[in-house]
Amino acid sequence: MDAGRHPNIELLDYSEVVEVNGYVGNFQARIKRKPRYIHSDLCTGCGLCTEACVLRGGKGKLMVPSEFDEGMGTRAAAYIPFAQAVPLKATIDPNSCLWLVKGKCSKKCEEVCGTNAIDFDMEESFLDIEIGSIVIATGYKMWDPAQIPDYGYGKSPNIITGLEFERLTNAGGPTAGEILTAEGKVPEKVVIVHCVGSRDERAHAYCSRFCCMYSLKQAHQIKEKTGAEVFSLYIDMRSFGKDYEEFYRRNREEGIQFIQGRPSQVTVDPESGKLFVDVEDIQLGQVMELEADMVLLATAIEPPENADQLASTFGLGRTPDGWFAEAHPKLRPVETASAGVFLAGCAQGPRDVPDSVAHAGAAASEVIQLFNQGVVTIAPTIAQVDEEKCVGCEECIHSCPYTAIWRNHAQKAEVNPALCQGCGTCAAACPSGAITALHFTDDEIVAQIDGLLKLAV
Amino acid sequence: MKKPFEPKVVAFLCNWCSYAGADNAGISRLQSPANILPIRVMCSGRVSAEMILRAFRAGADGVMVLGCHIGDCHYINANHRTVKRIPLLQKILGYTGINPERLILDWVSSAEAPKFARVTADFVDKIISLGPIKDELKVTHPATPVSLPVEEVVS
Repeated sequence: MDAGRHPNIELLDYSEVVEVNGYVGNFQARIKRKPRYIHSDLCTGCGLCTEACVLRGGKGKLMVPSEFDEGMGTRAAAYIPFAQAVPLKATIDPNSCLWLVKGKCSKKCEEVCGTNAIDFDMEESFLDIEIGSIVIATGYKMWDPAQIPDYGYGKSPNIITGLEFERLTNAGGPTAGEILTAEGKVPEKVVIVHCVGSRDERAHAYCSRFCCMYSLKQAHQIKEKTGAEVFSLYIDMRSFGKDYEEFYRRNREEGIQFIQGRPSQVTVDPESGKLFVDVEDIQLGQVMELEADMVLLATAIEPPENADQLASTFGLGRTPDGWFAEAHPKLRPVETASAGVFLAGCAQGPRDVPDSVAHAGAAASEVIQLFNQGVVTIAPTIAQVDEEKCVGCEECIHSCPYTAIWRNHAQKAEVNPALCQGCGTCAAACPSGAITALHFTDDEIVAQIDGLLKLAV
Repeated sequence: MKKPFEPKVVAFLCNWCSYAGADNAGISRLQSPANILPIRVMCSGRVSAEMILRAFRAGADGVMVLGCHIGDCHYINANHRTVKRIPLLQKILGYTGINPERLILDWVSSAEAPKFARVTADFVDKIISLGPIKDELKVTHPATPVSLPVEEVVS
């Protein structure tokens, strides 16, 4: 909200970076601005277009499943994604709007709009900007629990993910904050399953870090709002942060039953619709079957689908689990291998809100530091071209992982010292020996080889 | 009694993974053979064919190139170059009369100290079984004509 109002921050909503060139302090980015069919500068966020949208079924109910409500609520084709959206502007969904899909609609929204903000002829446009540094804060996506059928996700509307439960318990959600089963009843028995897809080699080997805490919060809310019997099935309780362990203790005192063990399966009784969770309590060494009205799955998080494309646009490395790679796991957790490009939040790996805020703050101060200094310090181990020897074959240009080399006006290779990280791959690839990797020159390495082999082993 | 053959093996270790892995092996007190002569380079992609040939010419009985695992390279994908370069060189080594098995490429991350100890020990054993490179080069015979599958080399 504050970022949206800040005079020095320009928000480019509905946009995508398609191309980045240049180097630290001198990036050029090409940004695709997708059409929202509503002029942001004219829209006041009044919501009249949403009310006027003709896309309604019986009893005037809106027809498009709402992404924000995890498909549990509905929205119009002209809509504001959610009440606290930044910027608070309406948009028209081109995949459901009757006019945009079929070319047939009475376009009531256009009639009611007081500022004539609606423009169905809007097309995507491109914006070229010059920027000094980049922060990647692209976040995560929820892993789909249907990928492991044991959890029964999709077999019953009462087996829901933690995020779906968040909509149920939210006062602005589809049930106005009442925790109800799909049949509209208050649940009497609820089972919460931790580590669904996390710490599981069938899906993700890593710990998603924040699910333990939100599951505890949800257990507490269920207990408080419905008084239901709550079972929490966990592998290890990772309540690692400040005041977190205390909250876990409070949960236990409230009578929530914690069972250490990962369930083997969740089954649905076809007649009654009751859910049954099979689990072994490893502390008792006993296999048990829990009956439940509602099962909550604390699903893993994973990198978003377009992480591949982002990695190639911004020159980012990725760790084997798919998250963007930091320059050093302990000492440089916000920098990337590309100078001037920083990571914030879950783009780098799972972390909870306080950690994400701290990480983003660190990324911002890295940027401020760069801007204040106005100069960058680079390692001395970079590549250098001897123009006399260079024949301009471009072998080095193809070998460089950082696109730090280009062909200059003299048709010779030239290294951008701000981009070069000094791996020396170009020096090894150069057929004419024109490139020297400073401090790791051919002569130095050959002298080491000769010197070592002269020694008797 | 004849002194047992102690080969000289040059190992090119990348600064970020394998060199740190070797360091880690030392700290963990894992035994790795003293025959290994380590040379630190910033990236396994820095190791050119000339350096490897130079090592053989200077009397190395074997050469190892150890780098970061694919996808784990400190320099985004510089080790993809290594993957292309080393097998190509292995094919060419056969022509020069050097057994291609005297050159290996492997991945050792900084956390894989036991793997470092294992691959170095295995490679030294292999070189001992192959014998000194001098003996191999003494045998004068015309290079065996090997048909080089061009497509494979280009890819």
